[in-house]
Amino acid sequence: MIPAAFDYEVADSAAHALSLLAEHGEDAKLLAGGHSLLPMMKVRLAQPAVLIDIARVGELSGIRSDGGELVIGATTRHADVAGSDLVRAEVPLLAYAAAQVGDPQIRHRGTIGGSLAHADPSADLPMTLLALGGSVEITGPAGVRTVAADDFFVGPFETALSPDELLSAVRVPRGGDVPWGYQKFVRRANDWAIVGVAAYDGRVALASMGGTPLRAIAVEEALRGGASAAEAAAHAADGTSPGYDFHADTEYRKHLARVLTKRALQGETG
Amino acid sequence: MEIKLTVNGTARSDDVEPRLLLVHYLREVCGLRAANVGCDTTSCGACTVLLDGESVKSCTVLAVQANGRSVTTAEGLVAEDGTMSAVQQAFRENHGLQCGFCTPGMVMAATSLLAENPDPTEQQVREGLEGNFCRCTGYHNIVRAVLAAAGKLSGTGASSEASA
Repeated sequence: MIPAAFDYEVADSAAHALSLLAEHGEDAKLLAGGHSLLPMMKVRLAQPAVLIDIARVGELSGIRSDGGELVIGATTRHADVAGSDLVRAEVPLLAYAAAQVGDPQIRHRGTIGGSLAHADPSADLPMTLLALGGSVEITGPAGVRTVAADDFFVGPFETALSPDELLSAVRVPRGGDVPWGYQKFVRRANDWAIVGVAAYDGRVALASMGGTPLRAIAVEEALRGGASAAEAAAHAADGTSPGYDFHADTEYRKHLARVLTKRALQGETG
Repeated sequence: MEIKLTVNGTARSDDVEPRLLLVHYLREVCGLRAANVGCDTTSCGACTVLLDGESVKSCTVLAVQANGRSVTTAEGLVAEDGTMSAVQQAFRENHGLQCGFCTPGMVMAATSLLAENPDPTEQQVREGLEGNFCRCTGYHNIVRAVLAAAGKLSGTGASSEASA
């Protein structure tokens, strides 16, 4: 499968990427690892006229501490997040989730910013950012704005990003001792989650249970009210509207959400 | 667009269309046919090559993204005198292939895995090859081959000698 023809531009700075976005408008797409965009282009679900390669922009990559948060550059690859001593020590849930994305080859190419901007409701990192209560830094013509994960995912494959903006960094709270759990239910190696659950410090997020990654609000309220993990997990499917496919129907997904939420709240990984 | 890169140790310069995929560049422009196009959807791993030493699926990389970088295919693992790499030899000695279609990708994924983790457990080998499918389902001997190569590379060498 061959993508439709496009022009290829290489950005040498974030400012250069923004000016190229301004020049080409909605016909342009940013390219980092390309592991969400290129598959869509190969099946012609996406046909941008211009690709702006930001993978070589040094200022968009890397991991650093900033007060109570870790700041991770948008083009930092999954392998680098998963293998970072800093992330493993300070945000172990994120290191674990990054190691669950795809397979080793995909983690050598795919980036944290790309995965979040793609906003697949069944993907690992969007639900993880929700559970962590993290945020994204968005750089645009008017400067930098920070958007909480709760406000970033607005629909299936749709985010708060405007066409002239660049997701430049990801912010997550440091908390090496905070209890967390992670569950990803798949039938085949390197698949997307049939249902996924990330739990962190009383926050619970779900993958594949609706058009966006979702907070399991009823579970969180039950936990605040003193419910046990098992009692709270019984509410995991409340208010959700999962889709159905050949892997699972909606009732099965709701069942999985309850079972997996209980395991995640008990600190289990899998 | 003109790209300059190193392929199997040789510097090259080629004029390519931006939409040319790395696997097609390697097969059709460079004439290197080890990397296979299997699923063409980033799943099966038959097109796995090394980009700056790390395994990638070349059906999901543009040739222009490899500009200025180094690409290694299974052909590039063979020494000039024809000696195969330890991983390639271990695949032969342990019969780590049946039809052979997945083999170049398996070898490249295993080479990358052992570069990152020279002494993996069997479970780590199985997880490390998660991105490569063998539709003959010959996984047991593939895993044996990778463990044997790890032993040979780290100097213990027990499993490869036993099967020689």
